[in-house]
Parts: sequence; C-alpha cells; structure tokens
Amino acid sequence: MAKKIPQINASSMADISFLLLIFFLVTTSMDVNQGLARRLPAPIPPDQKAEDKDINKRNLLVVKINSANQLMVQGELTDVKKLRERAKEFIKNEHNAEYYPKVYEEDFGGKIGIYKYTKDHVISVQNDVDTQYQAYLEVQNELVAAYNELRDELAHEKFHKSYNELDEEDQKLIQKVYPQKISEAEPKNYGGN
Amino acid sequence: MAKIRRNEKREMPALNTSSLPDIIFMLLFFFMSVTSMKEVSYKVQFKNPQATELTKLENKSLVRYIYVGTPTAEYRKQYGAETRIQLNDQFAEVNEIGEYIVNERSSMKESDQGLMTVSIKADKDTKMGVIADIKQELRRAYALKISYAATQRTSY
Repeated sequence: MAKKIPQINASSMADISFLLLIFFLVTTSMDVNQGLARRLPAPIPPDQKAEDKDINKRNLLVVKINSANQLMVQGELTDVKKLRERAKEFIKNEHNAEYYPKVYEEDFGGKIGIYKYTKDHVISVQNDVDTQYQAYLEVQNELVAAYNELRDELAHEKFHKSYNELDEEDQKLIQKVYPQKISEAEPKNYGGN
Repeated sequence: MAKIRRNEKREMPALNTSSLPDIIFMLLFFFMSVTSMKEVSYKVQFKNPQATELTKLENKSLVRYIYVGTPTAEYRKQYGAETRIQLNDQFAEVNEIGEYIVNERSSMKESDQGLMTVSIKADKDTKMGVIADIKQELRRAYALKISYAATQRTSY
C-alpha cells in the first residue's frame, strides 16, 4: 500500500520571511556616502623650501576665518551668505575692474571659442586653529558653489544644457575656463584665543 | 424571471497565498543587497556638518574613512572627552594616519591605487587644528583625493 506523504504546512513561511525582512529594515542604515570632494596639493619635497609665490595683489582673494568663526574677505567682515556672490564676481570679473583679476582672452576651441577669463586668480582660504569645522566647510562649500554656478552658467550659454548633462569632453572644456583655484594656507594662530 | 436564491450556500473561496513567501523573500533580498551595513563600529561620536555642493562617493571599495570626534560614553573614562581620531576599529594618533594609508593602499589592486579616496567623517564642532593635522598627514602620504563627509542642507 502506497503511503501518502503528508504535505508540510508552509503557511508560516510568510511570517518567518516577514520577520527577517523587518529585521533587515531596522538594522541596516540607509545612509548614503556623500561629501564635499576636494583635492589636496601635492606635498613639498623635504629638500625644497616652501616658496612664497609672488601673486599680484589683484589676483588674490583672501578669505580668513577666525577662531570665533567670523569671516573676513579682503579685510572686510562679511557674512557667509554673501561669499558666493563675492567669489563669483571675483572669478569672472565681467566688467574688467582693475581691482579684480586681470582678464585674458583665449581661444578654447570647440563650442566655446574665444572667451574671456581670469587666468591667474587665486582664492586663498586661511583659518585659525580654533575655527569650527562646520564654519570652514561652509566657506569651502560656498566657494565650490561659486565655481559650480559659473560653470553651469557657461554651459547654459554655450551648450544650452546644464553642466551636469554635458559629456565629459565638454565638461573638461568648461573646467579649463573655470579651473578651481582654492589654495589653503597652513593654519596659523591669528590671536583671539 | 430572475429568482432570488436564498439559503444557498456560497462560500468565499480561499485566497491562494502560496506565492506570498516568494514575494516577501524577493523584498528581503532587495533590502539585503541595497542597504549598506555600517563599515565599523564607531568609537567616536560625530554629527556631520551640512553643505550643499555634495557629490556621492561612487565606488565603495576605493574609499577609506577617517573618523574624528569625541569618544562615545563607554570610552570616555579611558580616553577623556577630547577630540580623537578613529581608524578602522581603534583609536589612533595623527602620526598613524600615514602608515594606515600606505597599508590600505598596498592592499588594493594596482590599477585602483591612484583612485583611492579618503573620506573624512568629522564632527561639525571639531577644531580645525585637528583637521589641518590630518590633512598634512594625508598630503605626506600622497592621499590627495579627499572628501569631507557632510549631509545635504535643506535650509539656512
């Protein structure tokens, strides 16, 4: 006589897998890794002294943050929210002002063609040892934002697309017009402890 | 003529739920593959600063982390409440960063070594002196691609 094999009751399977699902939902963290990407300058070889580059005064935008997280741009106390506009003005120098960096005209080729840009501008960020990290990052963020906005504006003007939609080649071309030149000095103690 | 039937037994047919476990399993596997486990257990506590111009770190195997913050409650007795650096699973001093970077880099594939990114996960109240020291160490170790971990700011 053939024995009938009893069927296994699988109705609790759903409950078990539900439990597992909820466990994973609760324990795993969905945090995305994002951050402000920067590039550090290469180290100075030990046999070579750090040389002070002679930068023309008009080509330099000095941003200082003190230990109380106050911001000074070109010797003026400034709010962080105004820094972006200030940096954009400085980098672009649309009206060829003589207190902003010298404007050069160059043929970039491609769709950009001949375009005016400030070749030698440098933004120098100096901070105190006691500056808060958040304040420092805000300044960095605003400066990067200024570059991003300028690049985006140029992309819209020449390619009628936003910068992020362009292919790599065109992005490189725009980066040539607006290269990120943010230099960071060694932290010094500017007093005010 | 239509006849109204009464008292005729009409049971609701049982719903076939035999595919329910499969559906749930699919969901389970989706979540298992999508979510990221914490890389290490944190010995320091930190709150990310906020910023707007963020980029995503693409390839996780190329990213190494440096945590900066104050020790969590259970380690505070031992290490005090000063800002400390954590590499992998342990507390470290600033001068150990160079070695850490070199070790981590040599464990990567050769073609990936130049693409290594160091993500600095620091508390927003950290003093810049510590960060500057870390940056100098990273420069010396030729780990020039860095990323300041931050969360998206929604409003000023």
